[in-house]
Amino acid sequence: MNYPEDYRYTKQHEWVHVAGSTATVGITDHAQQELGDIVYVDLPKPGTKVEKGKSFGSVESVKAVSDIYAPISGEVLEMNEGLATAPEKLNEDPHKSAWLIKLKLDGNADFSHLLSAADYQMYIGTES
Amino acid sequence: METEVSPLQENTPPELKRTPLHAAHRALGARMVDFGGWDMPVQYSGIVDEHNTVRNAVGVFDVSHMGEIEIRGPEAMRFTDAVTTNAVAKLKDGQAHYSGLLYEHGGFVDDILVHRVSGQHFFLCVNASNQEKDFEHIRAQNRLDCEVEFASPRYAQIAIQGPKALETAQKLTKTDLAAIRYYWFADGEFAGAQARMARTGYTGEDGIEVYIAPEHAVRVWNAILDAGRPMGIKPCGLGARNTLRLEAKMALYGHEIGASISPFEADLGWIVKMDKGDFTGRAALARQLERGVTRKLVGFEMRGRGIARDGYEAAVDGVPAGWVTSGSPSPTLNRNIGIAMLPVEHAKPGEKIQVIIRNQPVEAETVPTPFYKRTK
Repeated sequence: MNYPEDYRYTKQHEWVHVAGSTATVGITDHAQQELGDIVYVDLPKPGTKVEKGKSFGSVESVKAVSDIYAPISGEVLEMNEGLATAPEKLNEDPHKSAWLIKLKLDGNADFSHLLSAADYQMYIGTES
Repeated sequence: METEVSPLQENTPPELKRTPLHAAHRALGARMVDFGGWDMPVQYSGIVDEHNTVRNAVGVFDVSHMGEIEIRGPEAMRFTDAVTTNAVAKLKDGQAHYSGLLYEHGGFVDDILVHRVSGQHFFLCVNASNQEKDFEHIRAQNRLDCEVEFASPRYAQIAIQGPKALETAQKLTKTDLAAIRYYWFADGEFAGAQARMARTGYTGEDGIEVYIAPEHAVRVWNAILDAGRPMGIKPCGLGARNTLRLEAKMALYGHEIGASISPFEADLGWIVKMDKGDFTGRAALARQLERGVTRKLVGFEMRGRGIARDGYEAAVDGVPAGWVTSGSPSPTLNRNIGIAMLPVEHAKPGEKIQVIIRNQPVEAETVPTPFYKRTK
């Protein structure tokens, strides 16, 4: 699986892609592989404020529940409605069509704590 | 992302115990987890895929972590009867039953299978994480001068389960497997190894559990995978084993049963034979029957959106009333199911309950069980 160069990643296996003042957030391919068959996704409604490092939702596989943490702070503009009826999309296309939420960023967002694609892949390489 | 119910650690501390098939699982690409101190495969191709393979065709499980205890001697029957809840005296040679090993206070030490090899020889299959405790518990009560052997190191165990299980296993033995009735067993040769073949399982499907010496395990495992290839056999892990047993409403130690739960509370009154004579725990169970059981296990299905998980709180009319002992999506039914310990007045089908999922009550309804029953 390709880890896009223009995304940033967390050690909790989320990704974020920023375009202008909007950030798209998802979970990584490594995360979906670790979870196995994803059967349920719980996401915040538009208007919800999420805070960097805090849990904003959860993803459940047959076996496990995982909290998802916000890579950066912002206000939810949109949640990926399609995942409610087709959570398995997260197993199939976690980096593109199965994004989780879009955020409106606070004024000057700080990305310094996030990993590059290369660093993230090195990180998951050492983790397993 | 951080996992709350966490079967996913892949780092294996060196002290984890391994079955003789450990390297075979790694070679098959299994994801391994710490299961009660054992480094075991939780999944290979995926839990849902493995689950459906067992329901529709045939799956093979390494269950070599399970423990074996053998009781021998002229008084073996009387002794085995005195330390377990089911009626050992009713077993015939080659027959097995599900039973309980209880403390004096009536709670479970373990749930076990008792096989009668002969009137002077009983073979017990016990849970992996309980085997040492079970052995000590039995040996400490040995007043009848029986030989009680901790036999686990002498056995590997492989479960072949599913509608095509017998057809698969029959290719590897001259013993007529169809002639072995449900919960009976036969000794013979299986894939060239001396084996005990039991028509038992933990999936709700037909199948055979094969007990062999550990040195034959890899060869027998590979022979089963080869024999089952035309039937679409797949290796299956503990993840699928759990969803399969839950649909069949089979108890899991540490969840449905444990030291603080009695067989009556666990809806397992059928494995307790109060009229068979004295046995460990009987007096406490008699007192419980006299007073009446106040809580009991019951199956439920989620009606609202959400998945119940082990340990979640259960409520009735918004008031805390019990807890979820096991909960999971059901791959066969495509619904979210579970088992809960509830006050006895609510432990019957058709009751509205709530499961507290991340601080939110979500509607559920108690239902008849098993959730899944195979068509024979």
